[in-house]
Amino acid sequence: MAVERGDVEHVATLARLAFTEEELVAFTSEMNGILALFEELREVDTDGVEPVFRVLRRRNVFRGDEPGEMLPPDEALANAPDRHEDTFRVPAVLPND
Amino acid sequence: MKLYELTFSQIRAGLVEGDFSSRELSESVLDRIERVEPAVSAFVTVRDRGEILAEAAATDARRAAGRCRGALCGVPVAVKDNISTRGLATTCGSRMLEGYVPPYDATAVSRLRDAGAIIVGKTNMDEFAMGSSNENSAFRSTRNPWDAGRVPGGSSGGSAAAVAAGEVPLALGSDTGGSVRQPAGFCGVVGAKPTYGRVSRYGLVAFASSLDQIGTMSRDVEGAAALLEAIAGEDPRDSTTAAEPVPSFVGDAGIDLTGVAVGVPDEYFSDGLDPSVAEKVRDAVEIIRSLGAKVQTVSIPNLRFGIAAYYLVADAEASANLARYDGVKYGHRSDHAEDLDGLYRMSRSEGFGAEVKRRIMLGTYALSAGYYDQYYLKAQKVRTLLARDFEKAFESVDVLLAPTSPTTAFALGERVHDPVSMYLSDVYTVPVNLAGLPALSVPCGLSASGLPVGLQVVVDKFREPVMFRVARAYERAAGAFPAPPGL
Repeated sequence: MAVERGDVEHVATLARLAFTEEELVAFTSEMNGILALFEELREVDTDGVEPVFRVLRRRNVFRGDEPGEMLPPDEALANAPDRHEDTFRVPAVLPND
Repeated sequence: MKLYELTFSQIRAGLVEGDFSSRELSESVLDRIERVEPAVSAFVTVRDRGEILAEAAATDARRAAGRCRGALCGVPVAVKDNISTRGLATTCGSRMLEGYVPPYDATAVSRLRDAGAIIVGKTNMDEFAMGSSNENSAFRSTRNPWDAGRVPGGSSGGSAAAVAAGEVPLALGSDTGGSVRQPAGFCGVVGAKPTYGRVSRYGLVAFASSLDQIGTMSRDVEGAAALLEAIAGEDPRDSTTAAEPVPSFVGDAGIDLTGVAVGVPDEYFSDGLDPSVAEKVRDAVEIIRSLGAKVQTVSIPNLRFGIAAYYLVADAEASANLARYDGVKYGHRSDHAEDLDGLYRMSRSEGFGAEVKRRIMLGTYALSAGYYDQYYLKAQKVRTLLARDFEKAFESVDVLLAPTSPTTAFALGERVHDPVSMYLSDVYTVPVNLAGLPALSVPCGLSASGLPVGLQVVVDKFREPVMFRVARAYERAAGAFPAPPGL
């Protein structure tokens, strides 16, 4: 099943990526090439087969509820593109008006 | 012989015997980096020479006082640039993380520091470990030390090239679908990926969390084993690490393989395998047989579905993991955004390169409403079938021998514009990641055109000792692998 330009635009919105018109066109054909590769899996009979999400069958690893080492705020914020005191600063979420 | 040319086992012995100091070794390595780095471009960051030499001298002093006993003490190591190093830039080969300086060490790195290893610098890689050639690095294309017109492989191409070129004796890489083994094969070095869960992923920048493992590279099997032994083991900071105790990976250097059952899977020798690679791998199997191993043919029937299942699982997990790059907490922030949603979109679009966007898009599509069962769930079921193929093979054999890659190193530019052909170069490496198995690549000769060929040794979960034993016996029997000529 082929994806069309509109599908690619929708996925780009979900992924928070912006593309130019030219990129969208190129991407649509590339995606179809790769999806054709994925279509090979249709040949495989997987009726009654359980999926694997983790290769080691280990689950629910707990630790004691004790405070451990913490990064001091200045170190945690050292890579922030913009900060205000001990917080990350971002543009307005809601319009100003 | 120059110090930078020594293998890990020669270095370990030389440091213990006092033939040379860590400071002298580090100087030789740094001089070598200065001389060949313009041609190889293996590093994104090399640490300050003075700092490295001071650290090396400190290990020499500790050794003199009898407090430097570990095998890695005083040994220079390079670290792939997706493994966090406190205070040392960690870019993942991406504009997104240009200038990012981690406030903490990855567990693998803190264990290296505790072992007295000297971290020399950070190696180049395909952006966010997505790629098989290092051409997806946002900064530079690392060259294959055997032929500057060819790729070193990827995504740990910088680590493999650095080790092959004598810029460092040991390096860490990461292997999500072959990213340690394939470049090791292309560059003629040893590259080992452990069982999923053997090594903590804490501080390894996430790509595909159910597949990612840190691996090791060296010019000899002993080095790859010793480095892995030093970083392996359960970590409270990564709940997916295995509780199994870590045995000795280095073991002894015995050459007798009597009692070892070897399987050669038919499907790895089908169409698309370069005849010159097949010949070298078959020769290696014969050498291993001559050491006493019993060789039989086995089958991994679902091998050919590995690529499709792998790229679906990896891209789906990547699309979720890379959602964290939003221009807020760290990483690139766009100057062109007017609101918060625009900040996300513009920062991501400017910060990520083409292959990373491609994978995020494919992964997002595969996980989106209406497609989950058809793609992601189906791939995870095929993953079960592949894992069962290996389980069945390991009922009758201890190790599998196969080519690491279907070809030797390809030319720069040959595949970078054709994603499907690039993906297919991983056909022999990805099944191991899907099944969570340990595997390594050891050099097994030069092809007709003079390029290294890799022999892949695959074992069942937590059986790294037999993997290293077979590889080490083979290495001894085959004799020293040459260094790349003309560097």
